[in-house]
Amino acid sequence: MDIKAVRDAFPILHQEVNGHPLVYLDSSATSQKPVQVIEKLDEYYRGYNSNVHRGVHTLGTRATDEYEGAREKVRRFIHAASTQEIIFTRGTTTAINTVAVSYGRASLSQGDEIVITPMEHHSNIIPWQQLAKATGATLKYMPLQSDGTILLEEAEKTITENTKIVAIAHVSNVLGTINPVKEIAAIAHRNGAVMLVDGAQGAPHLKVDVQELDCDFYAFSGHKMCGPTGIGVLYGKRSLLNEMEPVEFGGEMIDFVNLYDSTWKELPWKFEGGTPIIAGAVGLGAAIDFLNEVGLHEIAEHEHKLVEYAQQQMKTVEGLTIYGPDKRAGLVTFNLADVHPHDLATVLDAEGIAVRAGHHCAQPLMKWLEVSATARASFYLYNTEEDIDRLVQGLQTTKEYFGDVF
Amino acid sequence: MSFNNLDTLYRQVIMDHYKNPRNRGTVEGDHLTVDMNNPTCGDRIQLQLQVNEGVVEDAKFDGEGCSISMSSASMMTQAIKGQKIEDAVKMSHMFSELMLGNEVDDDSIDLGDIEALQGVAKFPARIKCATLAWKAMEKGVDDEQED
Repeated sequence: MDIKAVRDAFPILHQEVNGHPLVYLDSSATSQKPVQVIEKLDEYYRGYNSNVHRGVHTLGTRATDEYEGAREKVRRFIHAASTQEIIFTRGTTTAINTVAVSYGRASLSQGDEIVITPMEHHSNIIPWQQLAKATGATLKYMPLQSDGTILLEEAEKTITENTKIVAIAHVSNVLGTINPVKEIAAIAHRNGAVMLVDGAQGAPHLKVDVQELDCDFYAFSGHKMCGPTGIGVLYGKRSLLNEMEPVEFGGEMIDFVNLYDSTWKELPWKFEGGTPIIAGAVGLGAAIDFLNEVGLHEIAEHEHKLVEYAQQQMKTVEGLTIYGPDKRAGLVTFNLADVHPHDLATVLDAEGIAVRAGHHCAQPLMKWLEVSATARASFYLYNTEEDIDRLVQGLQTTKEYFGDVF
Repeated sequence: MSFNNLDTLYRQVIMDHYKNPRNRGTVEGDHLTVDMNNPTCGDRIQLQLQVNEGVVEDAKFDGEGCSISMSSASMMTQAIKGQKIEDAVKMSHMFSELMLGNEVDDDSIDLGDIEALQGVAKFPARIKCATLAWKAMEKGVDDEQED
């Protein structure tokens, strides 16, 4: 991977923040966008902005081709069998909510169980809490090991014949744990449950093959993988999606409308009510092209090297606690002695280094870790070992700055 | 390396309140309790006020958060103790002005240590930390007056 060429593609990286060259270490929150994506959005709005699936005019046809072309790119990206299984949503959250509401309310009743873990993002907790309340089903948590990993034996114990839905993050946005979702999907299926994978932190970093994972649903967001905000994907097995009712009614999802009854379009449009996020989908298509061009394998290898280096270097900082397993995805969550993570993040920001501080939309996990908040440095293809050196230097500076206080 | 900019935020007096918080704990006797949190960052505060005939006789807080939110709570409880409710609310409004970076020129009220927090105005991301305790106080007063 030519790191210089990669970095050159991201104009935002080449600026100073508070008098220092920017070090962006918050890609788990949202990734930066390469010129290829920015220019694609520009091209759409300047060149062929038009609604899809309606007009017979030239611009409308072009927009439809680009929009459906992006769907095919997504299909290949996650190795789905058919574009009918690729539903464009606003993001991971909408995708998970769609499954909870559409599949969940129709399929669950009292006595049924939904299984998740304490490491889930709020977006993969609350829809299931709401579903449990609405149907009388029970929400169960699969226990975590002390290093924040899942033991398959525990999955075997927690998932029972009463389980109807298992919903687990592919990668934890706090711990960096890469979960054995393929093995858990197999356990879910043996018990007659469906498996949803929250791929928000998976799709941008790992090779995803939904057929190999044999998950029933896979949800992810465009903006965490170099695409625009406001676009995401719900993958679902065709047989399940065919059985499911739409959640939003109106616009693109309509087939025939009579006075008192209507019918829906076929998949995937059945789930895409209203005017879809056309620019977002087109931009996501460009992001996928970009990632493929750099090479998914190369990106994964680069991130792996970075996170190994980061762990190694950060361990030299006295008073630093790192949360999560040694073997992890490209992020490090930590606390520095008694310095509150917000204060830490402010000092780092003064040094031009952007990290996340807070509960990371994972309050149950914070409770599990017995902390109120943490700081997180997350990496992507455009980060370098120099970025990590700057972070480590920033941590030393923070200690010096607050040294006589704590 | 210069920390001039940071030093406007982390004044000595702020760090002193963080390290040695005043009025941390619980109020004895009759009091009202307000729980407030900042959902975006997880800071939380429990504020207890003892109000008698329109005067804040005691104020204590508990909670967890960054140096700015906790020192602000410490300073606020110190400032409003012994004040009339309306003066406490007036202080809160003055504090909001400070956070917007505006000059406050009301000689009738002495903000004391609190003025040390005016540097927060230059750190927009941290303003919510500084105002948490004050919002809790205003909510407590509102609830009290509704009863």
